[in-house]
Amino acid sequence: MIEIRGLVKRFPGAAHPAVDNLTLTVPEGCVCVLIGPSGCGKTTTMRMINRLVEPDAGSISVGGRNVTHVDPVSLRRNIGYVIQQVGLFPHWTIADNIATVPKLLGWGEGRIAARVDELLERVGMEPTTFRARFPRELSGGQKQRVGVARALAADPPVMLMDEPFGALDPITRARLQDEFLRILRDLRKTIVFVTHDIDEALKLGDRIAILRDGALVQYDAPEALLARPADAFVESFVGTDRALKRLGLIMAEAALEVAGLPAPSLAIPAHANLRDALSRMLEGGVDSLAVTGVNGVVLGVLTMSAIRRHTGAGDSANNQ
Amino acid sequence: MLFIDAWQFIVAHPGRFAGALTTHVALSAAALGLAIAMAVPVGVLLADSRRGTQLAITAANFGRTLPSLAVLALVMPLLGTGFVPALFALTLLALPPILINTCAALQQVDADLVDAARGMGMTYAQVMNQVELPVAMPVIFAGIRTASVQVVSGAVLASYIGGGGLGDFITAGIAMMALPQLLVGAIPATMLALGADWLFGLLQRTLTPVGMRAT
Repeated sequence: MIEIRGLVKRFPGAAHPAVDNLTLTVPEGCVCVLIGPSGCGKTTTMRMINRLVEPDAGSISVGGRNVTHVDPVSLRRNIGYVIQQVGLFPHWTIADNIATVPKLLGWGEGRIAARVDELLERVGMEPTTFRARFPRELSGGQKQRVGVARALAADPPVMLMDEPFGALDPITRARLQDEFLRILRDLRKTIVFVTHDIDEALKLGDRIAILRDGALVQYDAPEALLARPADAFVESFVGTDRALKRLGLIMAEAALEVAGLPAPSLAIPAHANLRDALSRMLEGGVDSLAVTGVNGVVLGVLTMSAIRRHTGAGDSANNQ
Repeated sequence: MLFIDAWQFIVAHPGRFAGALTTHVALSAAALGLAIAMAVPVGVLLADSRRGTQLAITAANFGRTLPSLAVLALVMPLLGTGFVPALFALTLLALPPILINTCAALQQVDADLVDAARGMGMTYAQVMNQVELPVAMPVIFAGIRTASVQVVSGAVLASYIGGGGLGDFITAGIAMMALPQLLVGAIPATMLALGADWLFGLLQRTLTPVGMRAT
């Protein structure tokens, strides 16, 4: 758990504080996305958690310990850190890069080698192929896979990620987001994730903190953020298509109706979201779809009226 | 034939030639060693300060504009003549290229590498020794290579302030209009300079981390 209380940071010469009396709690095992326009203080806030930036006032505690009372070097070794430009060491092999923190912690060679292979597999890279390669031999997506593996190496309970997928092309980004989501669900890490991409925030975040001018504007679950934006700023920030974005958060299987309907001709898989389902309906000129599970077994029927119920204003859609 | 005469001079005075060659190499090596031992740590200490680095580069560039002979001439009134004043002057000559390259190389290290290294919990010394210096090494070595050629060539002038070395043959050769003797100094000095360039070029390639070598 990360607790941020009354956090303030002023940079010399700046007219306004970069972070202004910010209070925020990230529950254990939760992915908290910090988002906002550039200069809103999201990266500064993240960098104060591992003390790459020292706060002027307020406190941050990680796992119940006030970070300013811990030696910054040992603090950082227990917090995974991923940045947009990855920052892989060009003179080290992929294996050595991933082993950075375990080596700093003095693990034995055998344990390190086993851990490196385990992590390469986890991020979808064949250990025998990639272990001995150098960073410049990798694509952008592969580099960031290694970046994530490196941050996970010593199994830190907390991870800080600063726009980790921001420099990737849209297809690679989407694929890494999906894989990352799967890894996160497996590992249940507490994560602070900085981005300026609202779609990424909605996709990855359990909680989203919208920051503006160093202050917290709204801190909510994605559905709540879309259903009840706190003010006009949040509303414009999440976009005019927020009804569609809400649909994007709901899986077809959560909205299907099982009983007594004839199976429609068009089908979508159960793990597709309602946004894609709606698109499929519009495309096919139909108002119901069969929802299929593994091996194409029909699980039920998704109707346009079910989708409409999930886009309804107010609280009606917040029960799933 | 000039070259045959020069060769015969060496054969006739093997002790003098070997002595001059040894002094020349010792003078150059010691000056280069001292300059590395001073310039690299200064560059490392200044690495975190952009202003300090700029200042050092400016000072070094000024030092670079001084003619080698002028540096030797300036040293004589202060330190007198002999090996040590010559060593001092040559060290001064070797400092600028090494300092400039060390400073520039460390400034050029990708800020993301340093950020990642610090963020993962490397200490200041670990970031410097494990990340910044290895990544900067090829450029630092390019400076050492330049300095080595300057020092070996500059050591010829050491003879003017009694520092010895191959320059003794050249000054004597000029004074006595004895061209073969002049070549006894000039040709080996040239070969030493080329050899130093080759040797440090080789070292530079060897010390470039495998992952950073051009394919």
